Amino acid sequence: MKKTYGRARPFVTLGNVSGTTARTSASILEDTLTITARRAGLAGLAVASVIALFTACAPAPSSDNASNGGEKKNDFLPCMVSDSGGFDDHSFNQLGYEGLVAASKDLGVSFKKAESKGASDFDPNVSSMVDQNCNLIITVGFLLKDATEKAAKANPDVDFATMDDNEISLPNVKPIIFDTAQAAFLGGYAAASYSKTGVVGTFGGMQIPTVTIFMDGFVDGVKYFNEQKSKNVKVVGWDVDKQNGSFTGGFEANETAKNTAQGLIDQNADVIMPVGGPIYQSAAQAIRDSKKDIVMLGVDADVYESDPTVKDLLLTSVMKGLKQSAEAVTKTAGEGKFDNSPYVGTLKNDGVGLAPFHDYASKVDSNLESEIATIKKGIIDGSIKVVSPSSPKS
Amino acid sequence: MSDEKEIDPRRDDRFSEALRQIMGGSFMISILAVVLALIAGAFLIAITDPTVQKTAGYFFSRPTDMFQAIWNVVSGAYTSLFQGSIFNFQSTSAVRAIRPITETLNFATPLIAGGLGVGLAFRVGMFNIGGQGQMLIAAACAGWVGWSFPLPAGLHILVALIAGMAGGAVWAGIAGFLKARTGAHEVIVTIMLNYVALYLISYLLRTPGALQEQGSNNPKSPAVLPTAVFPHLLGAQFNLNIGILIVLVATIVVWWLMSRSSLGFRFRAVGENPNAARVAGISVKNMYTYSMLIAGALVGLAGVSQVLGTSPEGFGSGIDAGIGFDAITVALLGRSKPWGIFVAGILFGAFKAGGFSMQAANDIPIDIVLVVQSLIVLFIAAPPLVRAIFRLPTPGVARRKRTSLTREVAAK
Repeated sequence: MKKTYGRARPFVTLGNVSGTTARTSASILEDTLTITARRAGLAGLAVASVIALFTACAPAPSSDNASNGGEKKNDFLPCMVSDSGGFDDHSFNQLGYEGLVAASKDLGVSFKKAESKGASDFDPNVSSMVDQNCNLIITVGFLLKDATEKAAKANPDVDFATMDDNEISLPNVKPIIFDTAQAAFLGGYAAASYSKTGVVGTFGGMQIPTVTIFMDGFVDGVKYFNEQKSKNVKVVGWDVDKQNGSFTGGFEANETAKNTAQGLIDQNADVIMPVGGPIYQSAAQAIRDSKKDIVMLGVDADVYESDPTVKDLLLTSVMKGLKQSAEAVTKTAGEGKFDNSPYVGTLKNDGVGLAPFHDYASKVDSNLESEIATIKKGIIDGSIKVVSPSSPKS
Repeated sequence: MSDEKEIDPRRDDRFSEALRQIMGGSFMISILAVVLALIAGAFLIAITDPTVQKTAGYFFSRPTDMFQAIWNVVSGAYTSLFQGSIFNFQSTSAVRAIRPITETLNFATPLIAGGLGVGLAFRVGMFNIGGQGQMLIAAACAGWVGWSFPLPAGLHILVALIAGMAGGAVWAGIAGFLKARTGAHEVIVTIMLNYVALYLISYLLRTPGALQEQGSNNPKSPAVLPTAVFPHLLGAQFNLNIGILIVLVATIVVWWLMSRSSLGFRFRAVGENPNAARVAGISVKNMYTYSMLIAGALVGLAGVSQVLGTSPEGFGSGIDAGIGFDAITVALLGRSKPWGIFVAGILFGAFKAGGFSMQAANDIPIDIVLVVQSLIVLFIAAPPLVRAIFRLPTPGVARRKRTSLTREVAAK
């Protein structure tokens, strides 16, 4: 590689500065390239040389910070494996990753990460992290449960933390879970209050507890609104009693996700909560295509901040403290204080919550914010019960 | 790979003829295609690396920085590819050190089985694009037998294996039968059967009482009973299971079938020229159906090894893991010959196993690994390009120009 570059580079610059030397340089290349390939190559190199000339003239940084950064304070190596949404999903995986980055920075250690493209990547990704000699492996997502459990059993010397799963009980696995129904309840209430058509909708990526818990809370929140205000706002896309509804079958922003959102729009829903990593992006497309006055609820992150491209469509977001929890768990483990007691995020410990209305603050009912504050208090003190079949059992 | 025996060698220059066959023939092309793809991959790895991009910004001030960065990232990438697929010399324990090679064989298992199925169909002149569907149906059949019927160990595996292979055979057989009886093109039929299988299995996985695990909301099947799980070959610390041995046997059977049996002879005759085969008294229609049945059973074996070997704790609709399509690549790389496919499958298994550690150790996107794999196919599909780049002799060009031309066309 080095050699090829060494030969190609002078040719690039000389060819541009003075055309006369180009022929000799080209004859060197002749042994390896056929005539057609050379023509294409010349065109490509000419373009590359122009770009190189423009960009390659910057001064070199001083040599002491040219190499890799400062020394590591300790040998602790935290690692993370994503589910199929990827670390750039502006949501679930990204938040966990940000937590890992923040904690590693504080601890002064490096970290490793691996992205999964699909369910078949989970096992190999987790075991390749073990092979990288990681001390703590955080697996993001319920779907990685089997892979985590397998690896944790086989490697008792490595610590694991699983986001969104509490079914593993092993001495070296710490579950990180959230009672998201509580926050989604507030989201559902806000959605019902904002809706003008009297129809709100939700759909999920996959029918797994960590997704349906959002939808359960959302529907219950709408129901609570109807009871309080004696209205009849309808929810489409999820039936709590039957535990049955609209799902895209995966956590990828794709045509299926767009069509699913379109299906809800066709049923006259004007507030939509897409639950599952990046599928809100497809929902946003469907909303824009419909040219109707429709808003979304973000999930996991305050999507208004994590993805400003859709901020004009966001009524609010149902947040899950993924970043904080990943950060806290990594830090404790880095300080050598890992334990396997579950971390449960609730409204009470700010592990879950409802984001501000941002641009919609002026458009929602003026009493809504105070009503939500009251409901939140009620949920925390237990006077309002939010129960979902998927709620973490403590 | 063994083209020599197809061309009658002259006694006087047998050696040079053989050498020309090796140099210009498919074996060398396969190797060089891999080399070219690795070079192109190195280039991609270098230009997508942030350090290289940063150092390129001040290339004229200190060019060594950029060369250093390129060397670091490319050598790091291919080192971890090796570490993840063959031997991990940085590991802390002996088990983890030799685990990569067993992982490679483990990934290779379904790829070889699928490649054999696709390659066999190729030899009969059929394009079996339906690997995904055949694997899914096979996985469902084998899994269902695996968790529904308590049978003695050993027998259970055998019954589940047969059920899965039968499922794959039927699914592919539909396409073969339709082609034979109605002339429906097998490419279209197999692709459509992929969708039918995918959504059918997704539906069954979501339906309580069908393939869904009892008491669960997830679109996931129950775990296979322990008696049906492929036993590990080297103990529980390694994922390697008897699937690789089954696939080895399958390779031998396919080799025997294609090279030694009369059915294989008829298959090849139909593949070379269906019209001539028909004139010679071979029932071309039956050959289409039979070959697809066998191809489906082999691809089905890939599905069975996924369910009973790789993830016996239950599967979702992604159980095929794209192997149905990778198998096409493996069959192409192996030139549709059983042993060629076996080697190509192991090479791709190594790419798969190593790809994960390439990503984990060096932060190289897994997509780059996939790009390298795709480049291999691209180079393989264009033998004249590889020959031109490496100035290789065209086989038989000295004496038999016409033949070599037709052979090249065939190779495309």
